[in-house]
Formats: sequence, C-alpha cells, structure tokens
Amino acid sequence: MQLTERHREYWRKNVRLTAILLAIWFVVTYVVGFYARELNAISVFGWPLGFYMGAQGSLIIYVVIIFYYANYMNKLDIEYGVAEEDK
Amino acid sequence: MATQTQSQFKQQLKKYYSVYTGGFVGFVILLAIAEQMGLTPKYIGYAFLFATISLYAVIGIMSRTADVAEYYVAGRRVPAFFNGMATGADWMSAASFIGMAGGLYIQGYDGLAFILGWTGGYVLVALFLAPYLRKFGQFTIPDFLGERYGGNIVRSVGVFAAILCSFTYVVAQIYGVGLITSRFTGIEFGVGVFVGLGGILVCSFLGGMRAVTWTQVAQYVILIIAYLLPVVWLSMQITNFPIPQLSYGYALQKVTEREKAITVDPKEIEVRTIFKDKAAAADAKLKDPAAAYAADKAAVDKRLADVKQDKKATPEVVAAAEKSVASFPKDVDEAKKQWAKDKGLAARAVPPRPHAEAFVGKDDAARNTARLNFLALVFCLMVGTAALPHILMRYYTTPSVKEARDSVGWSLFFIFLLYFTAPALAVLVKFDVYTHLVGSSFADLPRWIASWAAVDPTLVSVKDINGDGIVQLAEIVLGQDIIVLATPEIAGLPYVVSGLVAAGGLAAALSTADGLLLTIANALSHDVYYKMLDPHASTQRRLTVAKVLLLVVAAIAATVAAQKPADILFLVSAAFSLAAAGFFPALTLGIFWKRANKWGAILGMVAGVGITFYYMTLSQPWLRELFYGIARSAPVKPEDLWFGISPISAGIFGIPLGFAVIIIVSLLTAAPDKKVQELIEHVRYPHLKGTAARAK
Repeated sequence: MQLTERHREYWRKNVRLTAILLAIWFVVTYVVGFYARELNAISVFGWPLGFYMGAQGSLIIYVVIIFYYANYMNKLDIEYGVAEEDK
Repeated sequence: MATQTQSQFKQQLKKYYSVYTGGFVGFVILLAIAEQMGLTPKYIGYAFLFATISLYAVIGIMSRTADVAEYYVAGRRVPAFFNGMATGADWMSAASFIGMAGGLYIQGYDGLAFILGWTGGYVLVALFLAPYLRKFGQFTIPDFLGERYGGNIVRSVGVFAAILCSFTYVVAQIYGVGLITSRFTGIEFGVGVFVGLGGILVCSFLGGMRAVTWTQVAQYVILIIAYLLPVVWLSMQITNFPIPQLSYGYALQKVTEREKAITVDPKEIEVRTIFKDKAAAADAKLKDPAAAYAADKAAVDKRLADVKQDKKATPEVVAAAEKSVASFPKDVDEAKKQWAKDKGLAARAVPPRPHAEAFVGKDDAARNTARLNFLALVFCLMVGTAALPHILMRYYTTPSVKEARDSVGWSLFFIFLLYFTAPALAVLVKFDVYTHLVGSSFADLPRWIASWAAVDPTLVSVKDINGDGIVQLAEIVLGQDIIVLATPEIAGLPYVVSGLVAAGGLAAALSTADGLLLTIANALSHDVYYKMLDPHASTQRRLTVAKVLLLVVAAIAATVAAQKPADILFLVSAAFSLAAAGFFPALTLGIFWKRANKWGAILGMVAGVGITFYYMTLSQPWLRELFYGIARSAPVKPEDLWFGISPISAGIFGIPLGFAVIIIVSLLTAAPDKKVQELIEHVRYPHLKGTAARAK
C-alpha cells in the first residue's frame, strides 16, 4: 500500500526520538566513561561519581530510556492509527 | 487453552508463578530446618540439585508441544513481563552469576566494562531491533536476513555466524554446569557435565521454545533469590541497612582507607619484598638456566651431605634435606617451568589496586591505553548484546509489537537487579577481607577458607609467607569465583544458603545453555533443513528433525566441554565481538536503510567477521599459535596491536567496517526490488491497514 504523509511523519518522529535517546545513551556511557578519572574527584554519598555512574547511575538511565521509548511509541502508534488491534 | 484470552492467560501465569515462588521459599526453609536437625552439607547439595532439575523437568514435560509456532516461538503469547524474566535468565550466564562479582573484586573500576556493556546493549535492542523483529514475526534471526536481503547466501552466512557465536558460548555454559555440580555434590566433573546435559535437555527437548520460556521464568526466580539473599544479609552486618545497593558507598570509603594503610604497612611491604626477590632470582636463573640448574643441584646435594655429617642435626632437618633433593626438578626444562612460575610472583609484589580508581597505569600513556580498551570493550559488549541471536529470538515470542517494546524494558530491569548488586557485593566482600581477615591470626582463620581450598585450591589460598603468624593482604590469593561462592559463609549464614547459591548458579547456566542450544538447533532445522533443503517437509517431520538436531548439538557441546578446553573464557568474549561485527550492521541497516541490498549485506557480514577474526589471530596468543605457529609463551608486543586494542575488543574494527562495506557495496549495486521495500515498510509500522506484504 502507498504510505500517506501521516505515515511518513510517524516514522520521522520515531527516528528523531531514536536519535535523541541514542545520544543520551552515548553520553552516559562513553562521555562519562571517558572522564571517569575526573568525575571520581566528586563524591556522592560516599561514592566517587565516576565509579558510581559505571556501577549504578548509567544502568538506571538505560532502564529509563527503554521504558520511556516503549511508552512514547505505544502512544504514538495510537495517535497515528498504526497501533495493533487488541487480541 | 485456545479459548483463553491473553489477559486471563496472564492472570493464570501470575498465579502459577506466585505459588511456585512461595513453594520454593518453603522448600528452602524446610531444608534449613533439616540442616538444624543434622542434615549434612553433601545431602543439602544433592537435595538442591535434584529438586531443581526435577522441577525444570516437570515444567518441560508439561510444556511439550507438537505445534511449530509453539515449538519455535512459544506460540507468540508470552506477556512482556514474563518474557523479560525469561530473557533475564537467558542472558545471565554462569559467568554473570558466579564470576562477575569476583571480576569486580579483582579489577575494581575496570571490571565495570562488563556491567555497562551487558546492560547498555539492551538500549540498542530496544531502539533498533526488538519491535521491528517482532513485527517481522518469523522464527529465527537468519530468517530475517534471508527475507530482507533475499537468497540463501545471506541466510547461510547468518546461520554460520549464529552457530559460531552460540556454540562457543554453550560449551562454556555446560562447562559451568559441570563445575557447579562437582563443587557442591563432590561428583566428578565429567559426570557433572552429563548431569547438567540431562538438566538442559529435559527443559528443551519436548517443548522447544515454549518449554524453555517457562523454565527460564522459573530459573530466573531461583537465581535472583539466590543472588540477593546473601548480599542483603552481608549488608545488614556491615552497614546495618538491608539494601546493599544504597549503602555500600560507606563500605567503599572504608575500603579506600584500608587500601592506603595496607600500601604503606611495613609487614605488607615485607611480604611484597619476599615475592619481589623470589621473582627477581627466578628471572636471573632463567637467563642462564643450565648453569643455574647445576648450581642449585649442587647446593641441595651439599646440604644433604652436610646434615648427614652433622651429629647434632635432628631427624626432621635430615628429612627436610632429603625431601628437597628428592623433589628437585629432574632436568633443566622442569626447573625452567618452576622458575617461570616464580617469576610470575612479581604480580603479587604490588600494593593493592585502588578499587574505585579508573584506568590504573604507571603513566599517562598507559592510562590512556587502559581507557581506550575500557571504552572499546564496553562498545563491543553492547553491540554484541544487541546481536546475539538467542536474545533477539526472545522478542519473537511476545504477542505484539507493543509488548515487545515493553518486554525489553522488563528484560533490562530484571538483569539490572543482579548487575547493580554485583558491584555492591564485590565491595562488601572486600571490606570484610580488608578489615577482618587481614590482620587476623593464622591460628583462627575463618572456616570457609579451608573448606573451599579443599574443594579447589585455585579458589582460595592463604599462606604465612613472612612467618609472623598474622595474615597480610599480600598473603591472600582469591580466585574470581570464590567471591559469590563464599559470601553466605562470610555473612555467617547456614550451609543451606550455600546450597541455594549453587542452585542459582546452576539455574543461570542451564537457562542460558537452553536458549543457546535452541538457537543452534533451530538455525539448523528451520533455516538449513526447512528453508533450504526441504521446503515441503511436513510439520511432524520438521519437529522431528529439530529435536534430533537438538540432541546431536547438545551431545557435541557436552563432549567438548568435558575436555575442559583451555581459553574457554576468551572464546566467550570473542563471541560478542564476532556477533557484533557479523549481525548488527546488517540487521539495523536492513530496517533503517531501504537501499541496503543483498551483496552489501553479504560482503559486509563477511568483512566484519573477517577483520574481527583476523585481528584476533594477530593479537591473541592461543590463536596466534594455531595460525602462525608463534609459541604461546611469546609475549604479544605493543607493535603487534592496532592502537593498543586487546583482542577481546576486536569488534571495534569489525563493526564500523561492516557498516562501511554494506553502505558502499549497496550504493554500487542495484537497489532492492519493490517487494523488499514493502517488507521494510511492513516492519516499520506495527499495523498498516491493508498491507499486501502482511500476507504470509
């Protein structure tokens, strides 16, 4: 079937969100990892920050990214009329 | 069951698994009572081994099926939450369960590469793969490649890559099963391997994916209870707070203080000096082995002659001198081996590594290389996670695209529960060792040291090197696995908890092995046999072939594992780089770039895997010996490495090359036809009204 302009918009929004979330993923993994030594100078509740991010902080952000993406997309499906019918 | 709605099914599952969890907790409490009444550790080990394996067998038999969709993808009705649990168990291997905390104990910050890599990869799964693969909705990963790029060549390359990475991985899991069963029940390693094999086959043989899914959920419940319980207890003792993940910052501060004290402690320095001198002496002898051997031999002979002459020498002194003559190396080669080992003691002559410090190195250049390798490893593990077929396959089993998206979230959540506990466990155990064990007297060493040293001397050894009767940190050697294994005893819990930990490790190994075996057998039975050799095969025949292949692959993997292959750990890590370079570019470009075509994919996959493997042969001692005949003991020189990258992260070269080749070759050759374009649109939208491509 021919895709409508609305379909294309849905896909553009999806790609944009994917890119934004990927950028966050990149920053909390690689930028934070790159500066781990410097971040370790900052202490948060007893943890050096660089260590804390690698052991816990970044992981929490990953979980949030995935659930946020799932929720956003599930809503976008309905908004653009491409959601699956309930079984 | 057929008339049941999805929500009724979900309610029922919740009920079953709640009852099951309660039952399991009850079973552990019963065993604890039995222990108080005198049940010996050996029988507690047996009870856990047989109770859990029979439990998996019951689920396996109840889930038997003769339906193709049930066998390959569990009927596509696994709710997001439960698929998340199953993926968690599928994902967390024996190495995650038993070895991860130990790795963090030994490597400190640098060990976090595994924590980050093995969780962050799910972001890639969620954003790039899971929803689209679910919409595609076939049975295997090579299925998608074959359909998207067209032709059997792509499918075959996919099958080959899937088997290559899954097989090395499954061998490691079966090896882990053998190790755990033999450690906890005392049965021989080889027998343990085959007991484990039985445990794996009862889950998957009759019911394929359906049976594997429901046993994996059960296995997740056991493994997470087994992992968390001892850590919570230990945390209560050390920090007076039951949530170790929130409170170990305090323990980390104390550990850092102790590290500083231990570094300058005179007794510690004394022990380190002994090691340093011994290593230096061995190094000197290795420069001229023949002369050193003759001199040493003359010395022990002379000593024996002297004490025999000496009237005042006690019989013990004579016996000792006789023993050193008798145990003296028979020839120069044997002596060289001993000296090489002594030379290795130099590694123990260094002060403790600061736990939280990132990228330890002697100068800026060394630190930068360490950082580069850390980031490269994280990248390879992440992309590899998003490319391992046994994980991606799990997202075929959810009822809808929506649930596939949610399910990745639940998967990571359940994995996260264990992975953010492991660094806490490492720090808490380190706290205990640095503050209680170090400085205690050899006369009253804790019991776990002797009991685990008896099971396997590589796990733990504590020897009074400087003879002062006090334990110094430099005198303690802890193997990676001991951290998790000994935690219950360090926390002062009864043996039943140790048995529980063993059952958890077993569950982790069995569940991963199941997922992997199924991946291999399905690639062979579905992609090779049904899609390529006999597309008209009947349902019954397809399932028979699938089950026979499952048995054959399992038997081969167990046979390989029983040989205790060397370098198994390297092979497992290599699987991530290979999977990352082989699958990830072709899969993601297949969804996000309509122009990617068949030849681009074929050459891209071959180039990615090729360069990754080639770099490994250049830089990994064992592969180097295999391919170029360079002795394994010869050191890998810095100039052999590209940018100082270690072989485990070889995918850092293969992944970008794979992308580049697919893009360049695709642009140089014709665009894919209309049917493929429609397939791509089909997978991009959860539901397109009236799509032709949907018909299948």
